[in-house]
Amino acid sequence: MIKRKRITFQRHRETILGYLFIAPVCLGLIIFILGPIIASLFLSFFEWDLFTPPHWVGFKNYVKIIFQDKLFWQSLKVTSFYVGGLVPLQMMIAFLLALFLNVKIKGLSFFRTTFYMPVIVPVFASAIIWLWILNPEFGLANALITKIGLPKLMWLESPRQVIPSLILMSLWRVGQPMIIFLAGLQGVPTQLYEVAEIDGATARSKFFNITVPLMTPLILFNGILGVIWSFQIFTTVYLITDGGPANASLTYILYTYRHAFEWLHIGYASALGWILFLIILGITVLIFKYFGRRVYYLERI
Amino acid sequence: MMRISSKQTKVFYKVLVWCFLISGTILFCLPLAWMISTSLKPLSQIWIFPPKWIPKPVLWGNYIAALKIFPFHLFFANTCIITLFSLIGLIISSSLCAYGFARLRFPGRDFLFMIVLSVLMLPFIVILIPRYILFRYLGWIDTFKPLIVPNYFGVGGYGVFSIFLLRQFFRQIPLDLSDSARIDGCSEFGIYARMIMPLSKPGLIAITIFAFLYNWNDFLEPLIYINTPEKFTVALGLTCFTDLYYTNWSYLMAGSVVAIVPVLIVFFYLQRYFIRGIVLTGLKT
Repeated sequence: MIKRKRITFQRHRETILGYLFIAPVCLGLIIFILGPIIASLFLSFFEWDLFTPPHWVGFKNYVKIIFQDKLFWQSLKVTSFYVGGLVPLQMMIAFLLALFLNVKIKGLSFFRTTFYMPVIVPVFASAIIWLWILNPEFGLANALITKIGLPKLMWLESPRQVIPSLILMSLWRVGQPMIIFLAGLQGVPTQLYEVAEIDGATARSKFFNITVPLMTPLILFNGILGVIWSFQIFTTVYLITDGGPANASLTYILYTYRHAFEWLHIGYASALGWILFLIILGITVLIFKYFGRRVYYLERI
Repeated sequence: MMRISSKQTKVFYKVLVWCFLISGTILFCLPLAWMISTSLKPLSQIWIFPPKWIPKPVLWGNYIAALKIFPFHLFFANTCIITLFSLIGLIISSSLCAYGFARLRFPGRDFLFMIVLSVLMLPFIVILIPRYILFRYLGWIDTFKPLIVPNYFGVGGYGVFSIFLLRQFFRQIPLDLSDSARIDGCSEFGIYARMIMPLSKPGLIAITIFAFLYNWNDFLEPLIYINTPEKFTVALGLTCFTDLYYTNWSYLMAGSVVAIVPVLIVFFYLQRYFIRGIVLTGLKT
């Protein structure tokens, strides 16, 4: 009896302590995350410029965005093009590099460091560097491609090439997913390969039947975070293209930023933000639905 | 006979992989090499095509000129102040929270942890607009407070990641240790402060590096909250001058080198903690 009392006392004590330990962060979540999300939903039904009193407009902002705002559709198109081009390429290159860096060869840590290094370079600095590299007249990129006999490109100054150029710039940062893949590859138990070898499995079947299935959780992880983060590209375009030429690189966040902080359309920008929120949520759910089933976890095998 | 040939193919593959990695490395280093090369060139060598790699003469003076144009000492000091105060808050709040999630049992724990993690999935702009209004209402615009204070609640730049990462570190420490400390009459806070924290030094170092990099790189938030040039961070400082100096690429590149060097030093010096941190955050999700 006394023992049981002590256990419940211990439980209560642990519960109270647990809540105390996480209290500051819970408070922060409410003030700085959940509160603002609800507030922005609320604001999206208003017209407000921060100075005059806000007034209720119902769904007007949403209706205007979806049915009248051509720039909204343009920014959605541009951003989708960027995300759709970048994420698959990035995943493939990251996976390939991780596979190569998982082979036991000389200078491995050197290679790992150099491929990861661009991730460390601040985005604002890399934007400036790439702007100079992609300079149509005097840039390094054109020097390299003319050397192999290709014509000069306009890169960031051409409406058609600007998004591929941005994708190229982002691919320089492939080290982020690469290092996660690499960690995953190193965690694959070697016994699995040994058993397969005894059964006479070829290198190819080992790859497709052991390596790839075991990497599916990380492919999912990198894919989802890749989509979420690349959807929010801002700094690069803000700094070096400013959405141009001819709105060809007007990304979603840049467009929302302009409404919110340049034109002070607080309600309209909040509605844009919520639409993005729903889009990202939708994509995440879709990815989970279609690829989640194909994910293998080691425990299940 | 069979054996030798399979060994030979293995060596052949290794050489192939090696060549591939070498060419990849060269490609990945080109932008930085180009930046350094440009930063040392006289103007006459910038506007030529095809470009030359080796600056002639090597103009170290570009760096002095760049430092005169960009008041880096000021931007550097601002960034350091923001980073330092953010870091103190971040370490306290995220380690407390991670301790609760990793080492105590209470109802709703895992659900609350999922909520904390789901913050990573939110598009930042949704949160940013109301936050701006809140800070404006508090009169914090054009101060460092909007960049620092959220860290004391674990929801600043790298907050959620830090909670996640520290939770992984804390979970690796055997629970028996806490139990024996409890029997000896140690308070829960005492266990946290005197046992768990000192045992998790690599984790704390990892979040310190991440938070440093985050504050150094962050662009959108300072852009929105800070207006006066004297209060600019490195990110804002370097970029706000770009429009004026797009003609003088060697100064801009010298400025970029100065902005990147601290980050690279931290990276190379503390690489091992860094990689471990990423591995831990990436794997256990």
